[in-house]
Amino acid sequence: MSEITPELVRHLGVLARIQLEDEEVTRLTGELDAIVENIAKVSRVASDDVPATSHPIPMQNVFRPDEVGDMLTTDQALQNAPDSDGDRFRVTAILGEEQ
Amino acid sequence: MTDIIRMTAAELAAKLTEGEISSVEATQAHLDRISAVDGAVNAYLHVNDAAVDAARAIDERRAAGEPLPELAGVPLAIKDVLVTTDMPSTSGSKILEGFMSPYDATVVARARAAGLVPLGKTNMDEFAMGSSTEHSAYGPTRNPWDLDRIPGGSGGGSAAAVAAFEAPFALGSDTGGSIRQPAHVTGTVGIKPTYGAVSRYGSIALASSLDQVGPVSRTVLDSALLQDVIAGHDVHDATSIQRDWPSMAAAAREGATGAGLKGLRIGIVKELPDSGFQHGVADSFHQSLAKLEAQGAEIVEISAPHFEYAVAAYYLILPAEASSNLAKFDSVRFGMRVEVPGGTVEDVMSATRDAGFGPEVKRRIILGTYALSAGYYDAYYGSAQKVRTLIQRDFAAAFAEVDVIATPTAPTTAFKLGEKIDDPLAMYLNDLTTIPANLAGIPGISVPSGLSEDDGLPVGVQFLAPAHEDARLYRVGAALEHLLVDEWGGPLLDRAPALNGGAR
Amino acid sequence: MARAELMDFDEALEKFEPVIGLEVHIELNTKTKMFSAAANPANTENHDAEPNTLVAPVDMGLPGSMPAVNAEAIRKSITLGLALGCSIAPSSRFARKNYFYPDLGKNYQISQYDEPIAFEGSVEVDLGDGETVVVPIERAHMEEDAGKLTHMGGAAGRIQGASSSLVDYNRAGVPLVEIVTHPIFGAEHRAPELAKAYLATIRDIAIATGISEARMERGNVRCDANVSLRPRGTEKLGTRTETKNVNSMRSVERAVRYEIQRQAVILASGGTITQETRHWHEDTGETSPGRPKSDADDYRYFPEPDLLPVAPSEELIEELRAALPEAPAVRRRRLKAEWDFTDLELQDVVNGGLLNEVEATVAAGAAPQTARKWWTGEITRVANAQEREPAALVAPEQVASLQKLIDDGTLTDKLARQVLEGVIAGEGTPQEVVDARGLAVVSDDGALIAAIDDALAAQPDVLEKIRGGKVQAAGAIIGAVMKAMKGQADAARVRELILERA
Ligand SMILES: [Mg+2]
Ligand SMILES: [Zn+2]
Repeated sequence: MSEITPELVRHLGVLARIQLEDEEVTRLTGELDAIVENIAKVSRVASDDVPATSHPIPMQNVFRPDEVGDMLTTDQALQNAPDSDGDRFRVTAILGEEQ
Repeated sequence: MTDIIRMTAAELAAKLTEGEISSVEATQAHLDRISAVDGAVNAYLHVNDAAVDAARAIDERRAAGEPLPELAGVPLAIKDVLVTTDMPSTSGSKILEGFMSPYDATVVARARAAGLVPLGKTNMDEFAMGSSTEHSAYGPTRNPWDLDRIPGGSGGGSAAAVAAFEAPFALGSDTGGSIRQPAHVTGTVGIKPTYGAVSRYGSIALASSLDQVGPVSRTVLDSALLQDVIAGHDVHDATSIQRDWPSMAAAAREGATGAGLKGLRIGIVKELPDSGFQHGVADSFHQSLAKLEAQGAEIVEISAPHFEYAVAAYYLILPAEASSNLAKFDSVRFGMRVEVPGGTVEDVMSATRDAGFGPEVKRRIILGTYALSAGYYDAYYGSAQKVRTLIQRDFAAAFAEVDVIATPTAPTTAFKLGEKIDDPLAMYLNDLTTIPANLAGIPGISVPSGLSEDDGLPVGVQFLAPAHEDARLYRVGAALEHLLVDEWGGPLLDRAPALNGGAR
Repeated sequence: MARAELMDFDEALEKFEPVIGLEVHIELNTKTKMFSAAANPANTENHDAEPNTLVAPVDMGLPGSMPAVNAEAIRKSITLGLALGCSIAPSSRFARKNYFYPDLGKNYQISQYDEPIAFEGSVEVDLGDGETVVVPIERAHMEEDAGKLTHMGGAAGRIQGASSSLVDYNRAGVPLVEIVTHPIFGAEHRAPELAKAYLATIRDIAIATGISEARMERGNVRCDANVSLRPRGTEKLGTRTETKNVNSMRSVERAVRYEIQRQAVILASGGTITQETRHWHEDTGETSPGRPKSDADDYRYFPEPDLLPVAPSEELIEELRAALPEAPAVRRRRLKAEWDFTDLELQDVVNGGLLNEVEATVAAGAAPQTARKWWTGEITRVANAQEREPAALVAPEQVASLQKLIDDGTLTDKLARQVLEGVIAGEGTPQEVVDARGLAVVSDDGALIAAIDDALAAQPDVLEKIRGGKVQAAGAIIGAVMKAMKGQADAARVRELILERA
């Protein structure tokens, strides 16, 4: 039995900002449980002496010169905006505090 | 003259250069084909209204005596994962319906600069999550070999478009097999280049450390020509490799002569026994190996003990990175917005993401959020990154023994639409053979190896090479293609059923 | 908690030991942003840009966009790390900090997590009366700033009660270095002052190294203050609060003091401190609770797959180290000795932000004391009146030459102030102003004597008094003569001559 519970799925939905209906929570709990059972085996071979690979082709120090370019016009920036005041994006009231 | 739509990109390029056909003719022929058959296939999400204008511009430049790149005037299909300024870019998702990018993906910009004519945007599983293109928010694409079957995924649209002669070649993206597996089930060629060979800038990210843009075509040479156009370092993508690549087209042309097969050591993976594959798939695979062996190649069994962990590692790394990459779809700057009367912006975001994402996308975002959560990171994401190291070591050991590794591209031929849609675990196993290359960053090619004896559907053989050795794959792939097409007496796709009706 | 309910500061210190920790964010002044080629609004030339005009695709998280690291931001981050006495990591990497907020285009912030570019350093902080404290630095890491929200429909732009918010992504992606201290012990009753002095020192270092314009009023430098108390004689650290975005020197001092007094009341009455972020209110001088730390703060950090490790070469680090300016505390100590200033005199100069100006004026030939008096006195007075920076009014060389004109007797102090006014008004060098306005002291005794005789003749009663021995009565005659001479006379000489002539 893995640790996937409906409460956990609901909490993950909050973290991921996806409003999950009860029916979705139930379905996802079962599905994730089966998937997690299957993928948990990665920890069997992941011993301490094995380094993690976060990037498949090892490279480092790839930088960009400090030169201005790539800027969008305000019209381009706003061209897909669901709502704006003409030069800023508009969103409805924010509940939470700044991070 | 052969039907324009049956010509390869290389043939079209030659005829365009010689002035035998115009780009407008070539483009219009493909647009007509799309009109005729895409209603049935649904390979395209959007057809480019300006395609003929772009073709005419190329014709005019040619008429004016301007020296043009080799492929100038050849039409191209573009997977909808790539952003374009002149056509919507949706990545197969409702949440991006109608989205117009203010910039072109680097590969699109390079294709345009090479004079290629964009025909349209091809269908895909939503945000490239899937192996069947059934997860597209805009309806599934159908396999031109059997319209009741899947065209593979996530790049089913690009593969089907090419297989149905709706484009000579196409751009795709491959995170765990999304170029190679559709090639396998549609009788086409697909290559996942070395990670970083091609810029990802403007490719709507699924899993950043796995995604790679690559070509889809009917011949190995056409893919090689396209990779030559799109590859190379891009300042916008730090992970794109800074090096001078050899000409892939030259490698494909050289491979087609058969030179290079003598003494070529081909590894087959002990841990991928025939029992894991549909009979007809394993059979076709062994016939291909026999052909290569007959030309002097040597078949060597190699061991990759950690392949059995690859799917598990992949289904941790991909959802984890995807959960972060897909956070940007939040209703603030672009895309869908679901209004919540009296609701806060948090409510609006959550409702929008609930309505805008399909079930597979939600499943993976929730899974990825879990894998990265405090307390689980080490066991899941951290361990998966270690498996990645182990798989790289498996490949390093194998490539010390062999020049390329060969596997069947996927376990089965095209399955029926709807067959696996409710069984995510079964769906995930489709990528068993293709995933290791993405985890390790190495290149892989899928080349048609014939039709399966048990169902008459296409089968592909996959070759893998060490990182940066993409040219080796084009050489070997072209050699096998040459041998098989000779034996068949023509391209495999000549045997595909005609597509009657189904006008778009 | 209203200020009246707070525990007296000295009483709080008797009962508890304060432990503070400071997190300072500095915006780098590179031409472009951290991860995009968009122009950087933390640079004065772009400061006043219209909303959403300094935005590249990645700054607003457009589909398909990718970050690309600014080479100059790396150099400046290393420079700052070195100036903080930190070790520079042979290899560091970026990580994603995942959280949803409308000012964050990608809904993750690219930051550094387990592998910061600089770690373990220390900064010597001068408390102004000769006492210095060494503040231990835990790390300095690179990250990107967020966009700006404007809250509409509520009271005074506050988030509470707003009906909607507007988002401008110009600031999104501005390069930041976040400097995090270790817990600072032993500052005791000077903890609030130390917080202020530390912030001033970090700002000075940023300016001296040229990595930031470090204008507090523009948010180039921002501070979060962590405060906890532990009962006297105990070891275990108390629960801390983090007061966010305290953005002036004075506020940092006040906020730390307030938190000490607030926490002391709660702890003394047997209560517990909630671990939370708090907000500083400039108007009331209070802090108020923000978000409690909860598991919603699960940022799901993971290595940024779009970016590669940063592994600066030993040569680069040494090149940047060699170019470091003198540490501010060391420099102050040196200048104080060289100039023979008292603590108070030096503090005056430092607090006015005039160290560079005084130093340059001395270098141009002025005596340290006169240079100090000009800058902290008349120039600062005019600057305040005009709401401009003293340094923007007049060049140090001109101040030195103005002083030279006093020293050689060409000008009186009073005349010199008029000349300064002319220089500030753009009328030229001090000499040019003297010539143009005809302001030089009249050193011709003949002209003075004529004026004195006229004045004495006009005020015979005063003449009588002087003759009668009332020397102080000469003042009236001096006044009349100075008036007649339009102030261009040396009052001491005039006095001598009056006494001779009377
Ligand atoms: Mg902080
Ligand atoms: Zn920070």
